[in-house]
Amino acid sequence: METEKLIAMLASNAEPVAPGAVRRRYGAAVVGGGFGALLLMVVFYGVRPDLRQAAGDPMFWVKLGFPLALFAAALVAATRLARPGVRLGWTAEALLVPVGVIWLLAAAALMAAPSGERLPLVLGSSWASCPFNIAFLSVPAFAAAFWTMKGLAPTRPVLAGAFSGLLAGTVGAAAYSLHCPEMAPPFLGTWYVLGMALPAAAGAAAGPLLLRW
Amino acid sequence: MSAREQHLKELLLRGLSGEAAAYAAFLKDLSAFLRAFLRGRLARVPDEVEDLVQETLLAVHNQRHTYDAAQPLTAWVHAIARYKMIDFLRRRAGREAMNDPLEDDSDLLGASDEEAREAKRDMATLLARLPDRHRLPIQLVKIEGLSVAEAAKRTGMSEPAVKVGIHRGLKALAAFIRG
Repeated sequence: METEKLIAMLASNAEPVAPGAVRRRYGAAVVGGGFGALLLMVVFYGVRPDLRQAAGDPMFWVKLGFPLALFAAALVAATRLARPGVRLGWTAEALLVPVGVIWLLAAAALMAAPSGERLPLVLGSSWASCPFNIAFLSVPAFAAAFWTMKGLAPTRPVLAGAFSGLLAGTVGAAAYSLHCPEMAPPFLGTWYVLGMALPAAAGAAAGPLLLRW
Repeated sequence: MSAREQHLKELLLRGLSGEAAAYAAFLKDLSAFLRAFLRGRLARVPDEVEDLVQETLLAVHNQRHTYDAAQPLTAWVHAIARYKMIDFLRRRAGREAMNDPLEDDSDLLGASDEEAREAKRDMATLLARLPDRHRLPIQLVKIEGLSVAEAAKRTGMSEPAVKVGIHRGLKALAAFIRG
């Protein structure tokens, strides 16, 4: 087929394209992934029974706000990576802000604690399961984020995969925070970070395989 | 350069809003820029330039929903062309070809070349390999110029199924090329 004929074919009866496709698709993916994470959390782990009481503790909101802040940065990064020729800009660096805040809070908590209580502040009572639970809750959002990215046009597949995974991890961590009884910043700064990093690493590995177009 | 950018962008935006003639003009102008761009970079494989021009045009079409009017068109097109060119070079597994300069920044609209050579790969042959649910909608709507409603009637498919068939079929075509 000559190029001229190909052009005629592509242009013939081409459907109009509504602007804002990237935003709409990510909106749907985030709603779907978030709903999936909440559903898995309720079915497999259950909402913490003292939620009402915990909501009075500012630390509860820090714990919820931490993954949500990362979520916002990862979402912006993903929408940029989904478009050819758009620079990532400051979004990667923006991830350091919430992590830095949590680590500062963690450092303050560790310094204030007597030396024998420092390790328990880091390990809590659920360190061994926390990262895997977060990774598990991120599975629906992981599928949604990859599906969305696949339908767009990422030209940097490793980064696009990593940020898709991270986006899913933040959704999983936010949902998990409604179950998890841990309130110590050293715990969050270690195991929540690891829990979100797992899907991000999986995404970086899967990106080049799944995101070709 | 910026006049070209402006002109091409206007054609694309009109095309995206449904003006087929403007969209065809956009693709035609773009193909000339792509040809010059790729000829300059794939000097060792001149026979394959037209294939890559076609593959890139198909990619631009399939991914046209990722263009944001606030973004410079040159950057968008350049990133797509570059992505497809690197993918092409990897496919050829040409280690020596990978040494061709890829890093120069976007002078994609710098030169234009309207002299198309023959493509080695025939899109029509690839089209024929598509399953009926993709091939028939493309054949009827995109090649014979029937409306979606007419094609639906002719094939017994629903109108949404015809639209989806076109969309998925063109993506499948790109996947065939990727191998």
